[in-house]
Amino acid sequence: MAARTKLETFEETFHRKLTAAEAYANRPRNWMLYTLIVLIIVAMVGWSSSSVQYNGMTVTGSEVAKGVLHGVFHPDTALLFGTRETDVPYLLLQTVAIAVLGTLIGAILAIPFAFLAATNIMPKPIAYLFRLLILMIRTIPSLVWALMWIRVTGPGAACGVITQSVCSIGMISKMYITAIEDLDTHILESLDAMGCNAFEKIRYGVIPQLTASFVSTTIYRFDINLKDATTLGIVGAGGIGASLVQCLNSRRWAMVGSFVWGLMVLALIIEFFSTRIRRKLAHGQ
Amino acid sequence: MDNENAVLYKETLFDKIFKPEIITLENGHTVRRRRSRTPFIVIGLVLAIVWALKMTGFDMMTIISRFSKMLDLLKKIFQPNWAFFPKVIGPLLDTIKMSILGTVIGCAIAMPVAILASSNINRSTVIVSVFRFILALIRTLPTLVIALVCALIFSLGTFSGTVAIAIFTFGVVSKMLYESIETIDMGPFEAMEALGANKFQAFWSACVPQILPVYLSHCLYCFEMNIRASAILGYVGAGGLGITINERIGWRDYESLGMVLLTLFVVVAFIEFFSAYLRKKLS
Repeated sequence: MAARTKLETFEETFHRKLTAAEAYANRPRNWMLYTLIVLIIVAMVGWSSSSVQYNGMTVTGSEVAKGVLHGVFHPDTALLFGTRETDVPYLLLQTVAIAVLGTLIGAILAIPFAFLAATNIMPKPIAYLFRLLILMIRTIPSLVWALMWIRVTGPGAACGVITQSVCSIGMISKMYITAIEDLDTHILESLDAMGCNAFEKIRYGVIPQLTASFVSTTIYRFDINLKDATTLGIVGAGGIGASLVQCLNSRRWAMVGSFVWGLMVLALIIEFFSTRIRRKLAHGQ
Repeated sequence: MDNENAVLYKETLFDKIFKPEIITLENGHTVRRRRSRTPFIVIGLVLAIVWALKMTGFDMMTIISRFSKMLDLLKKIFQPNWAFFPKVIGPLLDTIKMSILGTVIGCAIAMPVAILASSNINRSTVIVSVFRFILALIRTLPTLVIALVCALIFSLGTFSGTVAIAIFTFGVVSKMLYESIETIDMGPFEAMEALGANKFQAFWSACVPQILPVYLSHCLYCFEMNIRASAILGYVGAGGLGITINERIGWRDYESLGMVLLTLFVVVAFIEFFSAYLRKKLS
């Protein structure tokens, strides 16, 4: 009998509109969770600051900082707008060329990987095997890939291209897999019912569903590859990176400034266009 | 009748040059079928590829004919030298510590800046666009270049790496965060202001609970990226695993390189799995 009264009162409170004070008293209390998160973060910071110690600036530290700032505000304009093969515009175009080729080859290479690793097409063991392979390709840093490919192609832009094509496979196929696993199979069934053959089913049932997301992924990766291509130059894989690092190490700040400006402008332009095209692809024409 | 579906699409310059095909249906309606853009895209792509091939001097034949060298390398990497494992632990811990500290610092600075850069909370368009422009500039700088400059300014070692990671994290997390802040529900904020709370009180009680899970999830995502990125920072002298990798490649000791990469693989896979689990819980 006592339990029944309790239930009724509960129902009453449940249906009655709460006053502001009561609602406030019933507010969600997450402080335990938040204290826990803060404690974990503090513990991790405490543990990690043990090995990261500040050794002060190098003797030339302040000079370097001043030099970089000075260079950024007073770039070498002859280098910035020149047309020789060592000038900024040519090196930027070369960087773009590396990224274009690398992304396209990578996007094509990723297609078989993605289909082989999609669980709705391949049997699970094979799919998981290919996923492991994709994860491995993704884990090896791009600089390491570049250093390995240099043994094959020799230093130069060609090394950058092949490095980027291999590196891109990892992320591109990961996103392709999601697109493939979201395929609407009802369309294939209705095409089947209409008497379409396998080729027609792929042409009218599969390709239209995949193109938009595949193209969007590829453009996104192009954006990333362009930024990556600038760093690959550091190990001698072509592009603007090599010259930038040489200038930094030999402390020619005006040249550093013009390279940095070139990089920034290029990255801003590419990001602007890639975001626009991808928005268009996502929302239709 | 002709105008019936004219409203359905905007006529672009392309449609004016290449007129849409008009098909008359059996019931007398007409529909327009726009000319396909595909041939032009294909021509553009082919031109881009030809130009890029010329610019980079890329030759598939060289790669095919010399591919055996790569296979030799891969064969050695897939036979890791287990005796090298103890020497990997130290730099690996350095790398992890660098990314933890860098991520925490970067995320901490990102929070106030993201609030200043989100147009629904900060009404001043000038401040918003200035902050966004600065953030965009920071994001264009490659991490490795930041790390190199840091290594020149501060001494070689983990400190420069931490600073580089913090700057990179700051740029990325701020951008993701102000985009999320702009999608939150501003109703509670206005209601609290109407009740007499000041801007800060209203923000603290109405917006922070909405932002916090998203913020934590962005931070975790960035931490994942940073672990992978910080592994190569050592290449320019910023401490961590990169130094070991560079050294091993320099000595052509690919079996030990294989061991380093295997350890990195296990750590990255574990952290990615763990963070994906946490992010699923947060959303």
